[in-house]
Amino acid sequence: MFSVTLSLLPAGIINGLMFGAIYALVALGLTLIYGVLHIINFAHGAMLMLALYSAYFLFKILNIDPYISILIVTPASYVFGYTIYRWGIGRLSGGRDQNILLITLGLSIILENSALFFFTGDQQTISLPYSYESFDLGFLYLSYPKLISFVASLVICVLLWMLMTLTDLGKAIRAVAKERDGARLVGIDVEHVFAVTFGIGVACLGAAGCMLLPIFYVDPYTGNMFVIIAFTIVVLGGMGSIVGALLGGFIIGVTESVGGLLLGESLGQIGISLIFILILIFKPTGIFGSKV
Amino acid sequence: MIKIHELHAGYDLVNVLRDVNIEVGEGEIVAVLGSNGVGKTTLNNTLSGLIKPTSGEIYFENVLISSRDPVEIVDMGLIHVPEGRKLFPNLSVKENLELGSYRRGKPNRAKNLERVLEIFPKLRDRISQTAGTLSGGEQQMVAIGRGLMSEPRILLLDEPSLGLSPLLVEQMFNLIKQINEGGLSVILVEQNVIQSLSIADRAYVISEGTVSLSGRADELRENSDLKKSYLGL
Repeated sequence: MFSVTLSLLPAGIINGLMFGAIYALVALGLTLIYGVLHIINFAHGAMLMLALYSAYFLFKILNIDPYISILIVTPASYVFGYTIYRWGIGRLSGGRDQNILLITLGLSIILENSALFFFTGDQQTISLPYSYESFDLGFLYLSYPKLISFVASLVICVLLWMLMTLTDLGKAIRAVAKERDGARLVGIDVEHVFAVTFGIGVACLGAAGCMLLPIFYVDPYTGNMFVIIAFTIVVLGGMGSIVGALLGGFIIGVTESVGGLLLGESLGQIGISLIFILILIFKPTGIFGSKV
Repeated sequence: MIKIHELHAGYDLVNVLRDVNIEVGEGEIVAVLGSNGVGKTTLNNTLSGLIKPTSGEIYFENVLISSRDPVEIVDMGLIHVPEGRKLFPNLSVKENLELGSYRRGKPNRAKNLERVLEIFPKLRDRISQTAGTLSGGEQQMVAIGRGLMSEPRILLLDEPSLGLSPLLVEQMFNLIKQINEGGLSVILVEQNVIQSLSIADRAYVISEGTVSLSGRADELRENSDLKKSYLGL
């Protein structure tokens, strides 16, 4: 019996990496917004849910494949995030962090209950013609949806990393994270950069939502499950760190998958909480400290 | 070049500056002197648009700038090198300097970077180090270098000598003179009276939020009122 489980271990690890890549995307949005704006976006889960529904309706009504929808939902999420920060959160909060916290919390309540009202609480799933087709690695079959998600998540992380290190906008984002007045004095429009950062964070959710839909379900509360895991990843990887979010996503993904394999689906979650507690005790700054 | 007319400014209900009149001409070094708490930094923040004056006007080349925001003022070429440097501690020296040309001087970025490194050769060895790990003197060099990267038309230096060792202070003032000799106008806001007056063309002394003394630097140095005004003796 145990040897059977062991032979499944490589498959479990690969499976965990695949799911971890999507976790990483959700965490990336969270960590970016936290690292630059120093606020926790309580509406993160609700916005992920919105992205999932967007992909769902694009598929149901216009018959657009969720992986194609990435190209629509991601930019749309960016615009949504930018707008809601620039003319909503930023304006209403008067620049006070505690107000931003309350506004994002309020926003999540509004979004979730609107979803409940318009889309009902039923779980929705879609099935793609190639959902069950897979790629033979020799020791395991890799489903196409998971493989696509994995590659797309990596590509997005690399693009984001390039944006942050190679472009002026990225440098400005990192500058604003630590020194707002200094940024204003070199002519950086700080409010714009905040909104861009919020937009990018929400855009990550847009992409994650599209990739989750084919392998998961959507209801008005789906987003929250992922955000709790994303919090663990952010703490594990280090608040504000892009590389930390990616690495943390993989670690949590594999922990969950292997834990599920050894202990069963629900007890397997114990590994995530265990990591969370251990990190808080032994390395509260996370693997990559507080770098942006 | 700069004309400050009957300026009043402050924070919330407290007026720090009262009826300040200052003028700066093309190519001049104008020192603004005063001890702690007289309103020098308030003056600088008002000039660069970080705070709005309660009344009065500031003109930069005959354009009213006192109602504009910092981004527009940077666009026009008035560059403020703030007290305490306000560098980006998590970014490398190179990235800090590059962001100096975020809005102005972008096409000549590589050329200007090379020029800044010629003025501050020490920064060449530190180029990929994060700015937060530099010594105070090196940070001040990065701050001034970051200002120069934007091809300023007038440079506003707020306490560049603060926190530097006496030897470095001497070097810093020589460098400011050298930068000015290239034709750049400089407003030098300082506590260090003697050395500021030795490189400045003209000076204004601020006490209790208003200009108490002004004139040519060489004349002010001999003026017995200076001690009175500055030290309150």
